[in-house]
Formats: sequence, C-alpha cells, structure tokens
Amino acid sequence: MTDFSRRKLIITGLATAAGVTGLGVAARLAQKYGLVPPDHGGIYGLGETLTYASQRLLTRHSLAREFRPSQISKPPLANEIPPLSDAFKRLQAGGFADWRLSVNGMVERPASFSLAQLKGYPSRSQITQLACEEGWSYIAEWIGVPLSHVLGVVGVHPQARYVVYFSIDPQWWESIDMADALHPQTFLAYGMNGDELPVANGGPLRLRLPRQLGYKSVKFITHLTVTDSLKGFGKGLGSASPEGGYAWYAGI
Amino acid sequence: MARSESVRVPLGASVPSSTSSVPVTTVTSRHSALVRVTHWITTLCFLALLVSGVEIVISHPRFYWGETGNVLATPLFKLPIPSSRALVPTGYGYVLPDQNGWSRYLHFQAAWVVVLTGLLYIISILFTGHLRKNLLPRKADLSWRMFSTSIADHLRFKRPGAAEAWSYNVLQRLTYLFVILVLFPLVIWTGLAMSPAFVSAFPLTVTSLGGQQSARTIHFFVSLALLLFFLVHVVMVFLAGFKSRMRAMITGRAGTSMERT
Repeated sequence: MTDFSRRKLIITGLATAAGVTGLGVAARLAQKYGLVPPDHGGIYGLGETLTYASQRLLTRHSLAREFRPSQISKPPLANEIPPLSDAFKRLQAGGFADWRLSVNGMVERPASFSLAQLKGYPSRSQITQLACEEGWSYIAEWIGVPLSHVLGVVGVHPQARYVVYFSIDPQWWESIDMADALHPQTFLAYGMNGDELPVANGGPLRLRLPRQLGYKSVKFITHLTVTDSLKGFGKGLGSASPEGGYAWYAGI
Repeated sequence: MARSESVRVPLGASVPSSTSSVPVTTVTSRHSALVRVTHWITTLCFLALLVSGVEIVISHPRFYWGETGNVLATPLFKLPIPSSRALVPTGYGYVLPDQNGWSRYLHFQAAWVVVLTGLLYIISILFTGHLRKNLLPRKADLSWRMFSTSIADHLRFKRPGAAEAWSYNVLQRLTYLFVILVLFPLVIWTGLAMSPAFVSAFPLTVTSLGGQQSARTIHFFVSLALLLFFLVHVVMVFLAGFKSRMRAMITGRAGTSMERT
C-alpha cells in the first residue's frame, strides 16, 4: 500500500513538473513566434491567446472569401460614425486635396502621402464581406492600394512586428501584426462599389482588413507607425479596442 | 428484469438502513471522476456562453438567412427586445448599455475551455467504454416495447426504480448522445463559421451552411435547443431526487433507495 502510494506520488509529481515545464516552454515559444496578443493579460488572456495563436498557425496566409458583383449589398450600409471634427470638415471642404497619410517608425524612408500619390500606385479591388462584432454584415467592393505596397515604398525594417494606424479621430487607433499588414487583401481603401469612398463609410481613406471584424477597419486614416513593440502606445494593450474592453485580435 | 442484470447495484443500495453503513471503499462510483469534472466544467462554460451569448444578441436582435444581413435588409425574424445599439430599430424608446466587450472575451474563452473539455471527454469515453456501456442504447432497449415503456414512464412522471439510479434509461441515453454528438458539434461548427479568419482558411464551413448570417441563425437555434436540454435536465434531476443525483455527480457516490423517496 505504501509502495503503491509512493509510486503514485512520484508519478504525479513528475507529471506535474513535466506539465509546468511544458507550459513554460510553450509560453516561451509562443512569445518567440509572435503567438501572444498584446491583450494577453487579465482573466480573458487564456482564451485570447489560444484564439490568436491558433489563427496565426492555421490562417497566416489564407485569403478572405471574395464574392461576385451580384452579391454586393444594395443599398450599401453606412454604420454610425463619430461626429466629424472641424479639422476634418476643413479638409472635406477642400475636396480632401490636402489629406495626408504620414508613415514613420521602423522604416527606411519616413514619408507623407497625398491621396493623389496613393491613387497613383497600382490599384486593386476586392469584393469582400465586412462583418461587425454586433452580428450584422454587408458585402461591398473595396478599391485601394494594398498596405504592403505602401510599406514597400517606405522600406520596413526586418525587426518590425506591428503596424499601428490612426484615424483623424484621436480616440480611434488600432494595430495589426505583420502577417495581416503584409496580407494581399489588407488595403488602404479610397474607393467603394466603383466610386469614391463615401465619408459615411470612412472616406477619403480607411483601412480594409477583411479577415478581421469591422472595428479593425479604421475609418479616416491619417497616420501609420511601424514598430517592434506595442508597449509605448496608449496603455500598451495594442489599440484603443482593448482599452474599451474589446479584443485586440478580431479575427475570432 | 433482464435490464437490471447488467447494472451494478452496490450491496448497500438495497439495504433500507442509514446511508453511511456502507464503507466508501466498497461502493462503486456512480460517475467516474472524469465524467464528474468534465460535467461541471461544461456546466460552468455553458452558463458563461449563455449569458454572454444573450448579451451579444442584444446588440443586434435580428436574424437573417444567407451571406449578409443588416438594418437595411429584411430580417428572417426579429426578437421583440430592446437593443444595446441605437442603429437597430426596435420600437423601444431606449438603448441598453453596451456589454459586448467582456461578453465576447468571455464567450470565446468559455468556448475554448468547453471545446478542450469536450475533446478530453470524447477521447476518454471511447477508451473507458463509458460510451459503449452507458450511453449507446443496450440491445434490449432497442425494442419498441422498451421504448414505449420508457416514454410512458416519463409521461407519468414515474420515479425511477433502484436500478435507474445506477444506469441511464433509453431516453436518457438517446438524449445525451444527441447533445454530445449533434448539438455540441453543430454549435461549435456554426460558431467557427462566423469567424472571418477561420473561414478564410476553411471556407466550406460557412458556404455549406448558406452563408455567414445563416450560420448565425443556426447558432441561435442550436443554442436554444441546448438551453431546452439544460432546463429539462435540471427538472429531471429534481424529479429523480435532487440530493442523491447532485451527490452522485459531485462525490461520485449514489444515494440509496431510501433517500430518494
């Protein structure tokens, strides 16, 4: 009986030690391979980390579904937008001729682009779904320049890990990892359904990220920063969303 | 009574004396430790998923069929409840507070825990024989007579006999199998079909259902079916003897026939 208990104790002890060591190694590896989201702390960190890590292992290069032109939602939906600032209205009055997108951080050549410059780059279009975390969705054609093209123009440092992007509305900023930033369907969109991108849908310039929920597709983009750490931005949780209680990674 | 032959009734169960006269070591466990632990983890996760799921639905209490759906589209049906978003026309003059942030974090965390627990459970019931011995209907159960007797007993709210404290009747077996093999897989599948990143790698999970909004609508109805199971299950536990059944699922020890009456 005592022999049996001792053996059981030793086996249990070894199994626990192996388990703890395994978890430690897994955490170290996950950190190294960029499988840990910036909002991994707190009581929901386990679920978020499992989701983000699984998606990075399974869907790093997968393409969002694209639809036929006949599937475009009519009439197009425009979700609520925050009140437009005076600065925005001045730019709007000028036909957005003075709208600028500045790019800095871990890049070779920090730059500031006008809309005309962005439209001068090879234009791409995609018919993809925009799904909101609330449950509704719509399909639209999005026209723009892939973010990867603009990042190629400014020359991203090899140690870069995230792109942080800012709306003209200072409350609204987000970030994505390089897998999403360099993804071929991640656009700086300036057109929608064959026309200019309406202000109600984020015009003149919004990010389009069809593999994540709508709140990551920030409207009225004016600034991008390339970085290797999200610690210095806001509360260090990655974007405004986790600060407001929402997950940083919205691919689900 | 061919049915009770295969059932292990402990020596103490038929003794109409006090409960503790039987030494613990000779009492066979009603439920194995693995079944008990996975049962309660699943219960906690289900309640978390239910509460957070309701909160998420409140932000858009409209359901659609096909790929897309929004306030400009015709819904399949609407829930007659207020919403936590001003954009949704509900007929109510007020907007509920937004609870989606924590609800979504909790929903996906509980989903992970219940899926991993479910995997552990499925693998273990295959290897321990729990599936074959206790969940798949016995040969004798698969006669129409046994089946109709079981249904009639349920309709009469007949209290289970001593043997049933140690085994599942045919209706229980079929219901549990349906929940384990149909409802849970379906709710996981339709949940994944709403993930924009997951369907980018596995588009068939959503196209086979007819679209993302169809997946959401099916997810809602399967959740209702799970809720119905949960409520009936709790009622049946009360009817069968709340104390003894709870003790069986917490400590593993079954109650005696004296305690149930």
